[in-house]
Amino acid sequence: MSERKSWPLYEVFVRGKRGLNHVHVGSLHAADDEMALHNARDLYTRRNEGVSIWVVKAEAITASSPSEKDPFFAPSGDKVYRHPTFYAIPEEVPHL
Amino acid sequence: MTATHHDVREPDLEAVFQATIDADQRIEPRDWMPDDYRRTLIRQIAQHAHSEIIGMQPEGNWITRAPSLRRKAILLAKVQDEAGHGMYLYAAAETLGVDREELTEKLISATQKYSSIFNYPTPSYADVGVIGWLVDGAAICNQVPLCRCSYGPYARAMVRICKEESFHQRQGYELLLAMVNGTPEQQAMVQESVDRWWWPSLMMFGPADGDSPNTQQSMAWNIKRHTNDELRQRFVDMSVPQAEALGVTLPDPDLRWNPERQAHDFGEPDWSEFTAVIAGSGPANTQRLAHRRRAHENGAWVREAAQAYAEKHS
Amino acid sequence: MSDPTNAYQSLSETTAQDDPRWAFGTGFTDDVAAEISAPVPAGVDPADLAAYCLMLGDDALIYQHRLSEWVANAPELEEEVALANIALDLLGQARVLLSRAGHLTGVGIKGGSAGSTAAEDRLAYFRVESEFRNVALVEQPDDLDFGRCIAHLLLFSTWRLALLHRLVSSADPVIAAVAAKGVKEVAYHRDYAVRWTLRLGDGTAESHRRMQAGLDGAWAFLEELFRTSDEERRLVGAGVAVDPAETRAEVEEVLDQVLTRATLLRPTTRPMGTVGGRGGRQGLHTEKLGPVVDELQSLARRFEGATW
Repeated sequence: MSERKSWPLYEVFVRGKRGLNHVHVGSLHAADDEMALHNARDLYTRRNEGVSIWVVKAEAITASSPSEKDPFFAPSGDKVYRHPTFYAIPEEVPHL
Repeated sequence: MTATHHDVREPDLEAVFQATIDADQRIEPRDWMPDDYRRTLIRQIAQHAHSEIIGMQPEGNWITRAPSLRRKAILLAKVQDEAGHGMYLYAAAETLGVDREELTEKLISATQKYSSIFNYPTPSYADVGVIGWLVDGAAICNQVPLCRCSYGPYARAMVRICKEESFHQRQGYELLLAMVNGTPEQQAMVQESVDRWWWPSLMMFGPADGDSPNTQQSMAWNIKRHTNDELRQRFVDMSVPQAEALGVTLPDPDLRWNPERQAHDFGEPDWSEFTAVIAGSGPANTQRLAHRRRAHENGAWVREAAQAYAEKHS
Repeated sequence: MSDPTNAYQSLSETTAQDDPRWAFGTGFTDDVAAEISAPVPAGVDPADLAAYCLMLGDDALIYQHRLSEWVANAPELEEEVALANIALDLLGQARVLLSRAGHLTGVGIKGGSAGSTAAEDRLAYFRVESEFRNVALVEQPDDLDFGRCIAHLLLFSTWRLALLHRLVSSADPVIAAVAAKGVKEVAYHRDYAVRWTLRLGDGTAESHRRMQAGLDGAWAFLEELFRTSDEERRLVGAGVAVDPAETRAEVEEVLDQVLTRATLLRPTTRPMGTVGGRGGRQGLHTEKLGPVVDELQSLARRFEGATW
C-alpha cells in the first residue's frame, strides 16, 4: 500500500505580459518551491519566456469569505483549498 | 454526519445558493453548497480527471511507433496535454475538499470510474486518428457546455481544456484525411477503425435519458446543460457530414436524415456491451488499471524522496 | 469583448500559430525551413557536414525515443508533463538536423513538413542500425527506473548543453540555429535533471541507493561523449563543429558539483571500450539500439511509400 501523503498544493499566478497583473491560473502539486515553479512553467505557460510566475503554497493563503454567513468553513476558515473530506464518494455509473 | 456541519441558518444558505444558480452565476469554493451538489461534482470531476489520465494509454501506445516524425511530435504533445488536463481537473476537484492522492487511490482500486471508451484497445494506427475525430469530438460535445457549468473552478478548467481538445480533434481528422487519400490499405485501416469506434463513441454520452437518474438534478444545478440524448443527437448530426467528407461509412444501417425532425435518425447502441464495459469486462479494463497502478506504485519511492528532500531543506 | 468563460468564443479566437499551449506547431517555422537549404560553408565537405548533422540529430532522436517510453509511466503527473516536454524539444532538434542532413545528401524531397517521403523521415525510418551515428548513452534503456532515467538525463543534458553553447557560433547556419534555440531548451533539461539528482541523492536511503546505481551504470557511457570522430576533427577547422573533447572539463566540473551537493559518489565504473576504435559515431552500437530502431521504424516500413 502506498502512503497517504501527497506533495503540497500550490496556487499559481501568471503575468502573461508586462503591464498586466498576475492572475490566478490554477494549482498544482510539488514537493518544494523550486519544483512548483518548474511545474507551473511546464503546465501553465509551456515555458513561454517573458512570462512571470508566482507560486505560493495554498495553505499560506488567507482568504476572506464571500458571505458573512459561512458556518461550513468557520472552523478552518484560513485553509482555503484544503479541508478534510467528510464523506466517501459513492460508486455510480459515469457519464462524462 | 453531513448535516451536523450546518446550523439553523441552512435554509437561508440554501436559498442564497439556489438564487446564485438561478441567476446563472458561478458557485466558488468557499461558498456554501448542498452536500449533494458537492458530492455530485467531486464524482463527476474525478471521473473526468481519471478519464484524461487513463486516456493517455491507448494513444500513448503508438508514440514510439508513429510513422512520421511530425505525427510523433503531434501525438506526444497530445498525450502530454491529456496529463495536463488531468492535472487541471484534479485541481478543480481539490477545491471541493478532496485530495489528488485520495482520488488516485480510488481510481487504482477501481472504486471510482473513468470513461468506458478507454477500455477499448488501439490495435491500428488509424485508431489515433479516429480517437481524435470521434472520441475527442464526442468529448467536445460533452465538454463545451461544461464551460458554463455552475461550479467556477470546473468551468474554468473546462475552458482551457476545450481549447486544446479542438486542436486534438483537428489533428485526428487531418490524419484520417491523409490516410483516406493514401493507399487502399490505409483507406481500409480507416474504415476498420471507424467500424470499431463508432458505437462506443455514441455510448460516451451515457444511457438514454429515461435511464439516466442523475440528469434531472444535475441540470437543475446547472452542472449539466443538455441531456445525454440531446448531446448524442448533436454529435451524430455533426459527424455524418464529416464522415462523408472522409468517404467512410458509419456502421449503422438505420442512420438517415429525417427531414421532419431536421436531424438524423440512428440506431440504438448495444447497451449490454456498455453495461459490461462499465462493470469491468471491457476488452482493456484490466490492462488499463493495472498499468496505472503499476506506474503509481513504481513512483512511490520518487514521491517520498522529493518530500524527504523538501523537509530536509526547508 | 473577450469573455474568458466563453469557450465557444475562445475556440474561434485561437489559432495554432498563436496558442502557446500548442507546443509543436504544424511543422517548421519558415525561417528554419529556409535555412535547411542554406549553402555549405566554404571549405567544408558536404558529406562531413551531413554526418555531423546526423550525429547531433540521432543523439536527440534516439534519446527522445527512450524518454517517450515514460509516457503514462511517470512517478507523478507533473513529471509526465516535464519528461514529455524534454522529449518534444529533442524531437524538434532532431527533425531540423535530419532535414539538413537529408538536404546535403539529396535524400528525400525538399521541405519536411509532412509525409514519409520528407528527408527527416527517410533518414529516421529507412536507415539501418549501423547508419545511425548516435552515442551509446542515448540508446541505453532505463527500464522505467526513475533513478536511471535521471542519471542518463543528467549526463546527456550536461554534455549536450556544453556542445550547443559552443555551436551557437557554428559556421553552418542550421547548426547555429538549432544551437541557439537548443541552448535554452537543454539548459532547462539540465536544470530538471540536476534538481532531481539532488532530491533523489539527498532524499531517502532508497532513493540515494537508486540514484547512485543509476549513475554507476550510466558512467560507463560518459567517456564516449568526449571522443572525437574524424568528421568532427575535420569540421572543427572550418568552424562548423566543436571538438567534444573540449567539453570534458566543463561537463566533469558540473557533474562533480552536482554529485557532491547530492551526497553521491563519483562512480568508478570503467568506461565502455570500442571495437577496433569504432563506436556509436562510426555506426557501431551496443545491443540496445536494435530494438529501438525496430520499434521506431516498424509501422513506417510496413507502409513504405505511404503518406501520413
